[in-house]
Amino acid sequence: MKHTTRKAVGLALTSLTGLAAFVIVAVIAIILLDVVRGGAANVSWAFLTQPPTDGMMGGGIFPAIFGTAALTLLMTLAVMPVGVLTALYLHEYAPPDSRMARWVRVAVANLAGVPSVVFGLFGLGFFILFVGKGLDRALGYEEMHWAQPGILWAALTLAVLTLPVVIVSTEEALRAVPLDHRTASLALGATQSQTLVRVVLPGALPGILTGAVLAISRGAGEVAPILFTGAAYFLPDLPTHLNSQFMHLGYHTYVLATQSPDVEATRPLLYATVLVLLMLTFALNLVAVIIRSRTRRKAASAGH
Amino acid sequence: MQEQSLASPVPVPTLSAAARRRQLKEKVIAGLVTAVAFTGIAALILILIFVAKEALGLFTDPHARQEASLSKMFLPQVTRPGRPATFVWQPVSSVPKVSMIPLFIGTLKTTLVSMFVAVPLGVFGALFAAEFAPRRLREVLKPTIELLAGIPSVVLGFFALMVMASFVQDLFGLESRLNAVVAGLGLALAIVPVIFTVSEDALTAVPRSYREASLALGATPWETAWKVVLPAAAPGILAACVLGFGRAIGETMIVLMASGNAAIVSARLGDSVRSLSATIAAEMGEVVVGSPHYSLLFFIGVELFAFTFVLNMFATSWTRKVMKRLTGGAG
Repeated sequence: MKHTTRKAVGLALTSLTGLAAFVIVAVIAIILLDVVRGGAANVSWAFLTQPPTDGMMGGGIFPAIFGTAALTLLMTLAVMPVGVLTALYLHEYAPPDSRMARWVRVAVANLAGVPSVVFGLFGLGFFILFVGKGLDRALGYEEMHWAQPGILWAALTLAVLTLPVVIVSTEEALRAVPLDHRTASLALGATQSQTLVRVVLPGALPGILTGAVLAISRGAGEVAPILFTGAAYFLPDLPTHLNSQFMHLGYHTYVLATQSPDVEATRPLLYATVLVLLMLTFALNLVAVIIRSRTRRKAASAGH
Repeated sequence: MQEQSLASPVPVPTLSAAARRRQLKEKVIAGLVTAVAFTGIAALILILIFVAKEALGLFTDPHARQEASLSKMFLPQVTRPGRPATFVWQPVSSVPKVSMIPLFIGTLKTTLVSMFVAVPLGVFGALFAAEFAPRRLREVLKPTIELLAGIPSVVLGFFALMVMASFVQDLFGLESRLNAVVAGLGLALAIVPVIFTVSEDALTAVPRSYREASLALGATPWETAWKVVLPAAAPGILAACVLGFGRAIGETMIVLMASGNAAIVSARLGDSVRSLSATIAAEMGEVVVGSPHYSLLFFIGVELFAFTFVLNMFATSWTRKVMKRLTGGAG
């Protein structure tokens, strides 16, 4: 083949790859535009601060926002210590050829691939039917107290689901802290734990926060794991105890989209709910992307 | 002998009490951190144990064993006398029919549609980002596609249900509005970012010298990308596709909302389907704890866990292989 034809063929195929990238971006834009166009007019202060009314055909989504926030807060409290300590073990404590570290890595990679609905089954089987029932028996409750779906069990289920996110981000952040900082601190007589707490962790803080933000965004959007572990179809009361059920933005979206007796009447509410959920997760993701690109650049300039 | 005489005069440093306490404290902290690191392993094992434990009723409880035996799950059954044996999923009925085949077919159909769309988009998009895009564009493109990964699957399901369903129905003139094509397209949205990101990582790991050598020999940029870079990164790209496949099998909300949820055995993509994951999500709310139906749903969970576990093991080993070959081999 002549060089010019080869070049032309190459150019045509190259533009095909460009088209693929363009299609992906275009679909994102279409989703965003559709949700914003359908929802923007219906998101009002009253919508954000009132409970649903008229059998969910009117009113707002305040209980769902509150429930999502409370759920993700509990989840974050549970997942962050475990995730950060695991990453510290993998990157700072484990000997280079440690077999255990390799097993932990394999487990975490596989945990990330477990389908979210299986986490839901796990939450039901382990937290509610095993731990919950055990607690009820141990504490002597006559009626079901812990052995029922509730916000604590849903949060812990999500914490297991988001554990890989936190571990991977934290490890990446630890890798970005230059080795010199550690050796300098150790040379000055600091112990390893002092070095970690005063030198390494502060240096890795942005990356650790990225992990937290990504976990929150993931946790706020997942619905399948909370279907059987605590999400309520309709519940105007806010969750007040760790074993209360709660409303959730994602589950509310699912309910409005599929269980509504009158699709046209609930459409504005549905779009507005999706807009709120999407803005929430997007804002979190954007923060994470910005912090991460900044840490990556710092890591690159630190040099390895 | 000489060694000993050299070693013996060195005085063993005696640690002060404070120093010894500090050493002990360090050891305790290291032990605690190591113990916490077990959580990841423990979680994976506990998931398997507790999902399998609830499914065990199928094999131990005589009532369940009779109602949902393995042959009833996987072999054709005569549901009405005089009719040929068929596969039917109808667990709530006076005579429960528990064939998993319709669910397997449903999962397979939606997954194949999604792979058919997402693999070309993801891999070609990654090739563009890694090989051809100007640096500026690439720095915008990657975070944008990562944003797609941040959209909750329930929102993608909503989009498939409210917008794509009518569009697809008009486009192909389909009978049922919710079907395998709509669910598959919705799934494609969820797995494109996975395939893109992992492929892109594999492509950028290919050393620059490969490209320079190819270009110096007179190959065009396209030939370099297609015949040199892509083959070098092939295991990583395969891993990307396998990870996407695993994600598509397990994804629940999109399929639950957009597939129509009718357990039909057919080869047509335009029919409604019911997937394994959506069956769990749709039916778990109404079952009696401990009933055969309840155990069946957990059994489906075990199947999903096993499928994705195997796929993940393959994907991680391939990724490790390509990274080792490209970075370790060159360095």
